[in-house]
Amino acid sequence: MNWDWQYSGDILPDLLDGLRYTVIATLVGYVIALILGLVWTLLRRTPSRAFNQVIRWITEFIRSTPLIPQLYFVFFVLPAWGITIGSLTAGIITLGIHYSTYTAEVYRAGIADVPKGQWEACTALNLPRSRVWLDVILPQAIRRVIPTLGNYLIAMFKDSPMLLAINVAELLFTAYQVGSKSLQFLEPITIVGLLFVVVSVISSILVRRLERRYATN
Amino acid sequence: MPPTDTTPENPAPKDSEGGATPADAAAGKDVATEKGVSTQKGGTPEDEPAAELPHGEAPGIRFEKVVKRFGSNVVLRELDFTVAPGERVTLIGPSGSGKTTILRLLMTLETLDEGLIWIGDETLWHMDRGGKRVPANQKHLHEMRKQVGMVFQQFNLFPNMNVLRNLTEGPVRVLGVPKDEAVERAKGLLDLVGLADKENAHPTQLSGGQQQRVAIARSLAMQPRVLLLDEVTSALDPELVVGVQDLLRDIARQSDLTMLCVTHEMTFAKDISNRVLMFDQGQIVEEGPPDQIFGEPSEQRTRDFLQAVLAS
Repeated sequence: MNWDWQYSGDILPDLLDGLRYTVIATLVGYVIALILGLVWTLLRRTPSRAFNQVIRWITEFIRSTPLIPQLYFVFFVLPAWGITIGSLTAGIITLGIHYSTYTAEVYRAGIADVPKGQWEACTALNLPRSRVWLDVILPQAIRRVIPTLGNYLIAMFKDSPMLLAINVAELLFTAYQVGSKSLQFLEPITIVGLLFVVVSVISSILVRRLERRYATN
Repeated sequence: MPPTDTTPENPAPKDSEGGATPADAAAGKDVATEKGVSTQKGGTPEDEPAAELPHGEAPGIRFEKVVKRFGSNVVLRELDFTVAPGERVTLIGPSGSGKTTILRLLMTLETLDEGLIWIGDETLWHMDRGGKRVPANQKHLHEMRKQVGMVFQQFNLFPNMNVLRNLTEGPVRVLGVPKDEAVERAKGLLDLVGLADKENAHPTQLSGGQQQRVAIARSLAMQPRVLLLDEVTSALDPELVVGVQDLLRDIARQSDLTMLCVTHEMTFAKDISNRVLMFDQGQIVEEGPPDQIFGEPSEQRTRDFLQAVLAS
């Protein structure tokens, strides 16, 4: 097996195009995961025990089923019920929802970590519920979990190739495509690996920076 | 029956001098020589700091057969006691005797099991509905809490806000004070506690003593009528204790807040309070003016406790 530099150069633009979809899917999915995860966490803290348990088991179910069946379900089964969405949209939504159940746990731990005295000070100052959460608890809780949330960004990025199961033209999908045309897989797959490393390393540096910024004061 | 009257017929004018509060009589000679934290900066009129402090309408407090349990552990057993409007009472006793629980019940940080707690002529944990006394809802608790402020052993400042925001958060969000006015008052209070230059600092950048003084200012910013002090100097380095105590003495002198204070600092208790209650096992063992309790306690339990505290 010989490395063909000419061939590598030819396929690179296609692969970078695939990377673009991978990055878009990851970032938009991540935003969904961050917001929806917080929604899950807050819904689990309502006064109604029954409601909290329902939410708990819904998230537990999503978290304990693999991503690929979920992708199939959203992309192939929902249209049968009259909901048709594009493959990229379906992939982004599924990735976001799947990871929101993980971020929900992260938020939960962050909130549990806020000292009891902070809640007591809120009561002593008579702060209304909304202010307790928005001004005191969440800012402190989220700051504590920034490193963990950052790790999930990288984990999501590395899970995004699973979107090829529903034909999203992301990086790995593109690599298979160009490979099957020329029957040379070594170069595209190696480049895929390298691109993943490059993007992951850059993201983890950014996450580390964010972490350092919020760790002080 | 309402235990105490709130004497609204004598609302002290806002700018009046701290004047003849009961604390003066009790603390008298001790406080006269103390001049700890500067309360009067150049240019401000003599009575300016007093304007920052709540005046008038301090309610009394009464506990009526109050029972509090934690699981099978009975912390307060049918406790009865009364605090007069504007009175300063210090609660002493061994740990686990229930004194902190009393403050936490008044701040609604613990729920009441049995009995009644009166603040002024209203019950804290119960409200009136169609002539019947029913457990209080959140709205009632919210209204009642407006009268009460608390300073904690661990300060509990909000670390995600700067000092000024710590002081304006409550007034703006709860009392609906306009932002500018809240900032002005917060600055006045920071001046009062001697930290006017720290308004932009974050709590983590302050020493324990400074944090506690900010916490005191924060509780005063809510204009409470009752101030609860829960071992406010216990978490401080020894050399920082005096500054906080001096500040509290000044506040006691210049306001007419009803104050309940849990402390192990006997000199401070002597200075600040009109009356001392000695607790053991959820009951009052002995009570009286500080001179009597610390000077010639009549109960053996009190003597043992004071000896243990002095030995430490």
